Amino acid sequence: MNDNIKRYAIGVVGIIVVTSILSQFHIFKSERAFMFAVLLTVIMVLLNEIQNARKDSESIFLRTIPGLKAVEEAVGRSTEMGRPILYVPGIMDMNEVETVAGVIVLGHVAKMTAQYETDLDVPVARSIVMQAAREACKESYLSQGRPEMFNDDMVHYVTDDQFAYAAGVNGIMQRDKPAACMYMGKFYAESLLFAETGNGIGAIQIAGTASQAQIPFFVTACDYTLMGEEYFAASAYLSKKPELIGGVKAQDTVKLMLIGLVLVALVLRAFFDLNIVPFNIMDWIG
Amino acid sequence: MEQLSFSTILGAWIAAFLTLGIFSYLYRDNPFYKIAEHVFVGVSAAYWAATFYWTQIYPNLFGRLFAVGGPFENIYVIDKGHEFSVLYFFPLLLGIMMLLSVFKQFNWMARWGIAYTVGIAAGLKAFGYLKSNVVEQIKASAVDLFSGSMPFFYNDTTDWYGDTVFNNIVLLVGTISALMYFYFSKEQSGGYGRFTRLGVYFLMISFGASFGFAVMGRISLLIGRFNDLILFSGPSYDYGTFWMLGFIIAVLAYWSFKNPEKQEV
Repeated sequence: MNDNIKRYAIGVVGIIVVTSILSQFHIFKSERAFMFAVLLTVIMVLLNEIQNARKDSESIFLRTIPGLKAVEEAVGRSTEMGRPILYVPGIMDMNEVETVAGVIVLGHVAKMTAQYETDLDVPVARSIVMQAAREACKESYLSQGRPEMFNDDMVHYVTDDQFAYAAGVNGIMQRDKPAACMYMGKFYAESLLFAETGNGIGAIQIAGTASQAQIPFFVTACDYTLMGEEYFAASAYLSKKPELIGGVKAQDTVKLMLIGLVLVALVLRAFFDLNIVPFNIMDWIG
Repeated sequence: MEQLSFSTILGAWIAAFLTLGIFSYLYRDNPFYKIAEHVFVGVSAAYWAATFYWTQIYPNLFGRLFAVGGPFENIYVIDKGHEFSVLYFFPLLLGIMMLLSVFKQFNWMARWGIAYTVGIAAGLKAFGYLKSNVVEQIKASAVDLFSGSMPFFYNDTTDWYGDTVFNNIVLLVGTISALMYFYFSKEQSGGYGRFTRLGVYFLMISFGASFGFAVMGRISLLIGRFNDLILFSGPSYDYGTFWMLGFIIAVLAYWSFKNPEKQEV
């Protein structure tokens, strides 16, 4: 830990020096200097934590997230009941980070369904997502030695239109009566339609999204909800890959740095307001 | 009374039928809901495909490859006000590779398009996220705590409002405690656990406000549908809503009699 702090202190000083020099030579717009320094700092922390995790990922502690434990529970419940699992990877395309995270988690869920021999149904709203989700599922079934259980139709396109997609998925829920419904991706107004229908059919429901306006609906109607960062950390928790665990650790470090920066900015701003220091940090932040 | 055309009245009747068909889901899954759902999904899928082609691919891709003054001018011209750009062969190629994935032996080709989309999006959004979620958050959280441009509590007549020191303290504590809830490297127990629990309370209060706001929006959507149904129930639409409502209720009653709901065991 001490080594890390030393490394980060030296790194941050170096970044500030480099940024100051570059901005003197007008390499980039001076008002973007703070952004540049933040970007370099985040990259530095990420690379360092990934390297640390590669050396020894076992010693990295990550607290438990109840929603993630529930994923396996939900797959087990579906197996016992002999009903399928419905997985909705949101309604947006692969250019949304939440959809990418949703497809990664789908890969892990597909591994479990391959192990437990449970049916998996993935209706999608975007053609590129369909392709990516198929690849993820196919790879998972292959990795579990069950390629014969995979078929392209388990990931199927419904429509691009938001509410038509919601109507279609609701229809699937009503007719197939999945024992578990998972909503992991970017959602808008259709979130409550899914969650209410899932609740109505008595399915165990797990949601994961960073869509701030939709989290309340999932919290209200689902059994477990992965909120924001929890959702992005899910793939690291499930895969236990050192690179991803290192990424979560790096995010934590960046959060601590941010809190520190907020407190420093707060004090310096107050000092400026009280005419104790001659510069306003808010101007420097940009 | 204004005499409406046959096509307008027919459209209103279909709209009333489909709206009531979707509402019939409140009773249970039934043939009317299935009809409305399948029509909705089918029409929207086709509509999106056609719209996407004519508003995006045709003008923005083919419009540049077959532009006026381009090398293919003698073969085919699409005049959408763009200049020829050879770079647009790249998205065309990626698009063709995506389509080729229907053949099993070319399935791998789709990965290139997916990789391109994810890679470009990650690069483009990295800056945006850092700017909006990190730098702007720092700026917004570094609030005026000590100088007190306003008193601790600002009380003009009866309500508290404005940029008071009290509000700023709440904002700061809320931001830091909520941020600490998403810190995964430490067990949430003891004093630290209580602090993160405070963050959860802040989150839940904001979610509650957001929930109420969204519900208000949904109610306005519902009012919109009811307005249409009320409009279509008038004599100028030959009482379309009433006819459709009567028809759906009668058929649903018969259907329910013939198909009683199965009880889950």
